[in-house]
Amino acid sequence: MYDQVTANKRRSWLLVGGFGLLVGLVIAIVALLLGGGWIGVVVAVALAAATSVVAYWRSDAVALRMSRAVPAPAEEYARYHNIVEGLCIASGLPKPRLYVIDDPAPNAFATGRNPRTAAVAVTSGLLDTMNRIELEGVLAHELSHIKNYDILVSTLAVTMVGVVGLLADLGVRLRWWGLGRTRHHDFDVHHGGNSGPLAVFSVLGFGLLALSPLAATIMQRAVNRRRETLADLSGVEMTRYPPGLISALEKLRDDSTVVHATSRATAHLWIEQPSAQTEPEGKLSRWNRMFDTHPPMEERIALLREL
Amino acid sequence: MTIVLIVIVVLVVLLGIYAIASYNGLVSLRNRIENAWAQIDVQLKRRYDLIPNLVETVKGYASHERETLDAVITARNAGINASGPAEQAQAENAITGALKSLFALSEAYPDLKANQNFSQLQEELTGTEGRIAYARQFYNDTVYRYNTKIQSFPSNVLANAFKFSEREYFQADDESRGPTQVSF
Repeated sequence: MYDQVTANKRRSWLLVGGFGLLVGLVIAIVALLLGGGWIGVVVAVALAAATSVVAYWRSDAVALRMSRAVPAPAEEYARYHNIVEGLCIASGLPKPRLYVIDDPAPNAFATGRNPRTAAVAVTSGLLDTMNRIELEGVLAHELSHIKNYDILVSTLAVTMVGVVGLLADLGVRLRWWGLGRTRHHDFDVHHGGNSGPLAVFSVLGFGLLALSPLAATIMQRAVNRRRETLADLSGVEMTRYPPGLISALEKLRDDSTVVHATSRATAHLWIEQPSAQTEPEGKLSRWNRMFDTHPPMEERIALLREL
Repeated sequence: MTIVLIVIVVLVVLLGIYAIASYNGLVSLRNRIENAWAQIDVQLKRRYDLIPNLVETVKGYASHERETLDAVITARNAGINASGPAEQAQAENAITGALKSLFALSEAYPDLKANQNFSQLQEELTGTEGRIAYARQFYNDTVYRYNTKIQSFPSNVLANAFKFSEREYFQADDESRGPTQVSF
């Protein structure tokens, strides 16, 4: 089990590194296409950085508000608070802020930048359908997201996808308007002039740029799928009782209700994918699965059974 | 010549940085162990404080169940007066057992079961039992990490030099190895 956890962590870092490379590549291509229009690149990077910083600082509040989460008072939700306090002692984490979402569909998520600013939100449906042991399994999964800094990684992933998208968009538009060709006429492919490998590179770069947001999204999803499995495992490491989470996941799997107050933007945060998961069969299933934010429930349950 | 000198200086500086980081890591782990041990006591005390309230509440509905109520009080007092880990563990087991039969009483007294104060206390005590178990788990996990660091190379050199000694695990005896969770 510990091997699995380390392997997962390593893969996640590889993927995050891949993200960095992609961002760098996109910036380089934009710079090339603009033909030394460094001011444009600087503006683009500054713009992207500014939006990222804002998104980074406000992401938890936004996620909570989007899901219509309200603070859960300790008197009213004693069981919820007691379980989280116990798990925090087990893991050495500070107690996160606790929220509840008035929704019959059982689901939960964690958000925040670090353990000190973290928050956990659960639906009223989860509190109603799960018994103490199962709720403990789910909350341990959420606290693992906090402990492993998944909450930070998913926030960063989202903002990086945003950065790639923004840069690519900017690059494509500037190229279209022809701003990038003013200084380097040998770059010009407009008149059909043969300008050698540079032109080929330019066209290639243009294509890459157009595809980069898609690649970024797929990578983000892949990062998240690893993280869900890892959180399942380290959650069990906290409770030392796999059957609790197994039975909770089985309940989530058998439940067909979907959380209302959710969106594509927050889909990857929840313990169970809030949108309907793609069918395992069909021609496009392989392709569609690349966009799933969570590994199939059956896979997660099977992995926990092996412990 | 200067290159050799620079390399040596860099190496010494790196070694120094490593030693400082390693030493600080050991200190912080040792403090965490102290904190974890204190945390167990905090939770045990919380349980001692909750029990009289629970007994008072139950008395209002099932005052003639003297035997069960007395058993809980006796176990609690034994726990407070216990000295040494072995005696302590034994007393804790007695408390858990006595509480179990006290909670079982609620099945025979629907009024008691419906009492909000009772269900609140039951939740608090169940939560506290969980916290005690988790506090012990965290203590043992921390001791494991600390002992591993002290024993493994190269941090063991530093640990020996500054007299970091190994810590003992919290050992549950065979009886208390079972779940501490109250079942109901």
